[in-house]
Amino acid sequence: MKLVTAIVKPFKLDEVREALGDMGVSGVTVTEVKGFGRQKGHTELYRGAEYVVDFLPKVKLEIALSDEMVDSAVEAIAKAAQTGKIGDGKIFISNLEEVIRIRTGETGVEAV
Amino acid sequence: MNDIVEIKYALDTFYFLMSGVLVMWMAAGFSMLEAGLVRSKNTTEILTKNVALYAIACCMYMLMGYSIMYGGTENLFMPDAWFGNSIANATTAEVLASGGDTYYSGASDFFFQVVFVATAMSIVSGAVAERMKLWAFLSFAVVMTGFIYPMQGVWSWGGGFLGETIGYSDYAGSGIVHLCGATAALSGVLFLGPRKGKYSADGKVNAIPGANMPLAAIGMFILWMGWFGFNGGSELAVSSVESSNNVASVFVNTNAAAAGGLLAALVLAHALYGKADLTMAVNGALAGLVAITADPLSATGGMATFIGAVGGAVVVLSVKFFDSIQIDDPVGAISVHGVAGLWGLLAVTINSDVTVLAQLTGAAVIFGWTFVTSSIVWYILKLAMGIRVSEEQEYEGVDASECGIDAYPEFVSSKS
Repeated sequence: MKLVTAIVKPFKLDEVREALGDMGVSGVTVTEVKGFGRQKGHTELYRGAEYVVDFLPKVKLEIALSDEMVDSAVEAIAKAAQTGKIGDGKIFISNLEEVIRIRTGETGVEAV
Repeated sequence: MNDIVEIKYALDTFYFLMSGVLVMWMAAGFSMLEAGLVRSKNTTEILTKNVALYAIACCMYMLMGYSIMYGGTENLFMPDAWFGNSIANATTAEVLASGGDTYYSGASDFFFQVVFVATAMSIVSGAVAERMKLWAFLSFAVVMTGFIYPMQGVWSWGGGFLGETIGYSDYAGSGIVHLCGATAALSGVLFLGPRKGKYSADGKVNAIPGANMPLAAIGMFILWMGWFGFNGGSELAVSSVESSNNVASVFVNTNAAAAGGLLAALVLAHALYGKADLTMAVNGALAGLVAITADPLSATGGMATFIGAVGGAVVVLSVKFFDSIQIDDPVGAISVHGVAGLWGLLAVTINSDVTVLAQLTGAAVIFGWTFVTSSIVWYILKLAMGIRVSEEQEYEGVDASECGIDAYPEFVSSKS
């Protein structure tokens, strides 16, 4: 099992959600986050003076997946979230040791 | 004939009172504008200052301000009475005997004047926002509304030397109200210093964005609306063809100047900075209103638009200028009311035979008097109680340290 963590642009969330739903992903956890990458922040103007926005808003998705679904899920996220401009985000894949469904007590792939 | 005199008296009084209500409502405009342009951690405190200064202005003007300003002046300089000028209404017999010369209620005159002094004081709160102690500010308000403002008022509207000898002309108070308020604000800011973080050690100007643009926008519209009472009511009558025509012209010109000021500031700010800055557009509209206030009657609609537009453009440059010399004015009050007020006084000469010298003399007297007396009061307050909150309180926000109430508690606490 893998945990896929994707950081994407907030306005792409709906498309990513739809793409994941279409390929049969059964659950996603979404968090509004802030951070910076190569894009850094950006400067804004207020009454003629500049100020720097150091951290930009992004959306973080966390998805637990069985091993065979990982590649297609990553592909779906990347395809839906890509704009080709700086700041599109990243996808991290890490090993997932165990999953437990609280309601039934199921574990492992059954619980994903 | 007697019925006509009575009806005219009733109509003019009614008009006077309703104009006063509009000006009173400007207190809400200032409150919203200032609440929008400060950070959310200082919202409750700026609102507390605004509501309290209004009440202080009402009390002090009743106690002594009205006596000083409208109790007469024998020698054109000192008021005849410091206290006790009665707010008296004429009887029906007296009104009829005057043949129409007494054409509105004495109490309505007091009401119209008292809301003006509140406006002058409202100007100060925005400039010193986010760092001044609440009670130091309110102590200043006591002196400002009871003494500083009325004293320069008696010299012009009260029959003193500015109006009688110098020939200074200021229809609804570009100088008497707005420049006076801005001067007291400037003095306060000089004693207070800039907000922490506004200017870097190398002189760089850092933006401190206001928390709530919708409040700033509604504040502007409330002030714009209130200004129809401010300028329109200053005609002091509406019950003849001539006076009602004048009132209508004043409404048209007041509106036109605000529109011109807004557009000029919006376009100039976009040209200079590449973005359409709402706060500059808001300041521009108010600057247009301040500029036309010294003479909203004589100009044509087109000329009023122009006078307002110059005011709006001047404000954009003035905000930049005050930042460059590190005079930190979070809402632009000194630029809007002081610089545009001065322009308004000079603009009077375009459409009348009032001289530039008379206007400059009046402006200098108002500025000099207000600056010197305000500085003395700020200095005494600084020694007596301190006028600035501690650095830590400023960082935490004065809502917590001065009022103990957050404006938006749900942002920081989920406990219900």
